[in-house]
Amino acid sequence: MKHLKAIYTIWLRDLIRFFRERNRIIGMLGQPLLYLLIMGNGFSASFRLPYAPAGFSYLQFMYPGVIGMSVLFTAVFSAMSIVWDREFGFLKEVLVAPVPRWTVAIGKTLGGSTVAMIQGAILLILAPFVGVHLSPVAALEILGILFLIAFALTSFGITVASRMETMEGFQMIINFLIMPLFFLSGALFPLRGAAAWMSTLMKIDPLTYGVDALRNVFFGSAYPGAALVQFPIHLDLLVVAAMALVFVVAGTAMFNRQV
Amino acid sequence: MNNMEDIIIVENLWRKFNQLVAVNDISFTVGKGEIFGFLGPNGAGKSTTIQMLATLLRPTAGRALINGHDIIREQYAVRRSIGMVFQDPTLDGNLTALENLDFHARLYDVDKKVLAGRRGELLQMVELADRGRDRVKFFSGGMKRRLEIARGLLHHPAVLFLDEPTVGLDPQTRSHIWTYIRDLRQKEGVTIFLTTHYMDEAENCDRIAIIDHGQIVALDTPSGLKQMVGRDVINLTAKNIDQLTRDIEERFGIRGNRFDGELQLEIEQGDHFIPRLLSAVGDAVESVNLHKPTLDDVFLKLTGRAIRAANAGAADAMRAMMKRRGRR
Repeated sequence: MKHLKAIYTIWLRDLIRFFRERNRIIGMLGQPLLYLLIMGNGFSASFRLPYAPAGFSYLQFMYPGVIGMSVLFTAVFSAMSIVWDREFGFLKEVLVAPVPRWTVAIGKTLGGSTVAMIQGAILLILAPFVGVHLSPVAALEILGILFLIAFALTSFGITVASRMETMEGFQMIINFLIMPLFFLSGALFPLRGAAAWMSTLMKIDPLTYGVDALRNVFFGSAYPGAALVQFPIHLDLLVVAAMALVFVVAGTAMFNRQV
Repeated sequence: MNNMEDIIIVENLWRKFNQLVAVNDISFTVGKGEIFGFLGPNGAGKSTTIQMLATLLRPTAGRALINGHDIIREQYAVRRSIGMVFQDPTLDGNLTALENLDFHARLYDVDKKVLAGRRGELLQMVELADRGRDRVKFFSGGMKRRLEIARGLLHHPAVLFLDEPTVGLDPQTRSHIWTYIRDLRQKEGVTIFLTTHYMDEAENCDRIAIIDHGQIVALDTPSGLKQMVGRDVINLTAKNIDQLTRDIEERFGIRGNRFDGELQLEIEQGDHFIPRLLSAVGDAVESVNLHKPTLDDVFLKLTGRAIRAANAGAADAMRAMMKRRGRR
């Protein structure tokens, strides 16, 4: 019970900070909107996906991918705030409190996941505009999947952040870890038809399964058998859940080790 | 030695960082309700000691009890017994003052009903009652420090640790902070353990441990420490200085030295002697000047260098290195 309270405390702080920083919410929305409006519309005019059913545009295809991207970036940024807290001292207040370190790591993971899920969910409002129909049940399923993806990515971020001393390495992590994860996830182009070496890389990118899970819910019933998805949804969810489990254990263990 | 009233007991505590011995076999006790100061230059081992006592750093050897709890085996009990004000601010600037206090209260499992009254009372004490709903990032350095002191007291700790509580604050704010510190000892009965490298601040402590190169070189009350250096010096001027010299020798049996046309007397407790002196030979005296030995003099005598010189230079580099190591 006491541990739950500690987890809740850390989680609540992330949420208060999220809703207080309107600029950050808007800033984090800018990137997906640019992708959808410019890249999505631009490519829709000139490209058609092979295997795509009639009337299915590129914009519709990339929409779940852009939601996945939004979750990816928000989750990793939230996790990186640990480094920020350490640099500016706030972490000390938490570390000297009579609560176990693991509750701090879990609270932080849940906080980052919730924030990332909300940020991704905001983009669901755009569904009608990109021509994607979403039933209330499907919307709930999407929320659940978003949270699972967010949880896996935030734990991954915390695992990385626990090793970082300053924000200096942040740019490097974005360029060499986060961008490749995003580009190889099948968010912008399908896995089918990619070169063999790239296809292999895409298959080991956990985010591929997250994006695929979203596409399963978005398009599974509207376009059955249309080859818009790669894997069955239970495989997608299994892989993301496995990633979540591995990294939440790793992240908590890493966080525990710091003095 | 371990009497019931000792709230901090430290026995042969060591801490090494690779080759560097940051804390070298220190032992001391702090009594309940005492204001105890750790005085020494930067890099002397003050922060390392506080971090060990606060369970943030494992000692290499030795043991310590806080409020009867072992700092290695009973970490959570120790943490509940202490309040901590770190050298650098550890508030969340994006939260309001009240939210920062609530955050702390939840982590320390402070009862909701208790918290409601306690919050207001503490903000009142540090004169921030009207700023509770403002975000901390708009606070001045002094306000932040006051809020941190209030936060450190929220869960009724037995010991409040203050690591360099007035560093970076202007003189007026510094003396203000000291008023709070003395106040809260009276109101809360809390024991205060603080570190400082300001000599004038250390004077406010009941007892001071002077620490240098990781070792305690002296431990006493401020006046006790100063008596190690020597007696008070009284300088007198007079129209007829020869006459005055003779009078004083006759009446008090004190032989003064002539120095630059002034008469210099070395004496214990000069402040008590001056009234007696003046009532006897006051008419002849033009001016009186009393110099009491300072902690600066004590530090100089014990370590062979002034604390200001010790603060500058190599010590900073060492401290920076220890800070970096301590983080890992």
